[in-house]
Amino acid sequence: MAILVIAEHDNANLADATAKTVSAAAKIGGDIDVLVAGEGTAGVAEQAAKVTGVRKVLHADDPHYAKQLAEPMSSLIAGQAGGYDVIMSPAGTSGRNFMPRVAALLDVMQISAITGVESADTFIRPIYAGNAMATVQSKDAKKVITVQSTAFEAPGMDGSASVETIGAGEFPGVSEFVAEELTKSDRPELAGAKIVISGGRALASTENFEKYIYPVADKLGAAIGASRAAVDAGYQPNDYQVGQTGKVVAPELYIAVGISGAIQHLAGMKDSKIIVAINKDEEAPIFSVADYGLVGDLFEIMPQLEAAL
Amino acid sequence: MKVLVPVKRVVDYNVKVRVKPDETGVDLANVKMSMNPFDEIAVEEAVRLKEAGVAEEIVIVSIGPDKAQDQIRQALAMGGDRGLLISSDDDVESLGVAKLLKAVCEEEKPDIVIMGKQAIDDDRSQTGQMLAALMGWPQGTFASEVKKDGDKLHVTREIDGGLQTVSLNLPAVVTADLRLNEPRYASLPNIMKAKKKPLDKKAIGDYGVDVAPRLSVLKVTEPPQREAGIRVEDVAQLVEKLKNEAGVL
Repeated sequence: MAILVIAEHDNANLADATAKTVSAAAKIGGDIDVLVAGEGTAGVAEQAAKVTGVRKVLHADDPHYAKQLAEPMSSLIAGQAGGYDVIMSPAGTSGRNFMPRVAALLDVMQISAITGVESADTFIRPIYAGNAMATVQSKDAKKVITVQSTAFEAPGMDGSASVETIGAGEFPGVSEFVAEELTKSDRPELAGAKIVISGGRALASTENFEKYIYPVADKLGAAIGASRAAVDAGYQPNDYQVGQTGKVVAPELYIAVGISGAIQHLAGMKDSKIIVAINKDEEAPIFSVADYGLVGDLFEIMPQLEAAL
Repeated sequence: MKVLVPVKRVVDYNVKVRVKPDETGVDLANVKMSMNPFDEIAVEEAVRLKEAGVAEEIVIVSIGPDKAQDQIRQALAMGGDRGLLISSDDDVESLGVAKLLKAVCEEEKPDIVIMGKQAIDDDRSQTGQMLAALMGWPQGTFASEVKKDGDKLHVTREIDGGLQTVSLNLPAVVTADLRLNEPRYASLPNIMKAKKKPLDKKAIGDYGVDVAPRLSVLKVTEPPQREAGIRVEDVAQLVEKLKNEAGVL
């Protein structure tokens, strides 16, 4: 069995999700190679070579891969697929963009966002916003899989795989990067943070996030998250949304502030180790998954919490 | 320009589904069904493109049971021009759906295909990308803004780090994210008018496409349940518990 893991990175750093995807690959078993495609990514390739369990790093460096657009990425990956039985990537927005395209090019039905590996052809994945877990078996000779990386432990970083430069694939030339607007923050990244503090509609404004959520986040070294309602209302940027259609997080500590707990939100955070809910509605569904619930007005509680930390 | 909007009939997003005791799936008997919410956003975007004079015709297509006509009619009431139902009583996997949509695209020759970024039943998020691959077209997934710019389509995408804008040649596939727009409610007169709009019915067999499933669902189980913990009285007790009991501070 040979497995190719497609690295998620920002051209400078390898995402934690990549290493966790290597852990998922190790559960399938076999030789694990990592493909790093980007621009100016020699450092990323070196980081990938250190992930425990990696046999070889394939490194494709070209300006066409700088933004990991789906069209050139899928053509590169499909071109490398011949030597592999399984192709995997983290289920972030990058992998979710190009992997189904790879699957279709290879005439394979992708298995999306797995949270467990039963055997080399059988996987567990959430359906219906995590309200049910499906165990699915693939009949495809080659498997294309995206991985819900929060469900897997990070491996060690004591590997010493070789790095092999590979040529670029075809460039379909039908799409072009125009611009990006990345959210800037000195706080930890949401997907990999140990502590996440999320706010909901009850915060009622961006200013209230700044006044009531940020100071506590700074004391805890926490990442900021938000419910869909808070993002829709414009209180926080889209990439802060936690939930079925946003980010799935599983930190050591998740603090939900003024979030009622719609099933779509719970789908994104219920695997957190400890959940704290702060809400003035004692009937809020968020309390049914919280280890510690505090009923009360967040505008009184949050300053007290900041002072107590 | 012609816009094709595929829509899926799914369990209504407000329904809390239950796993069947025999673990063969979720219980869909007497459960409210609706148009996949992301597909509704796609329909709305197509209608806005038409209202802005960018699109001339909107074709709605659904692959599903006969009752999926309800969802097609809803899309027609929102502003679609005509519908196509490819009827199937069996679930068709994303790859099979993409192959059927490819056949439809070859017939209809749309300039843009807009569909939801994922269906809220199986949460797979892949049909649009697969269709784009099969057609050799570019894709703009997780779209929060769609703008025609000369002979290109500019799509702003919701990505993990923020927003990214790409320029796509046409034809192209766009998948709609939550913040692309807020879908309208169909008015009663428009619902009445939609009943008279053309709706073609075809069978999967008419397309000569292999849609045999590649995955078998061995079982469907309840997710691990989280027990509700305790209520704390105040902030002091919360911090004490987090430090000493949970050990996370």
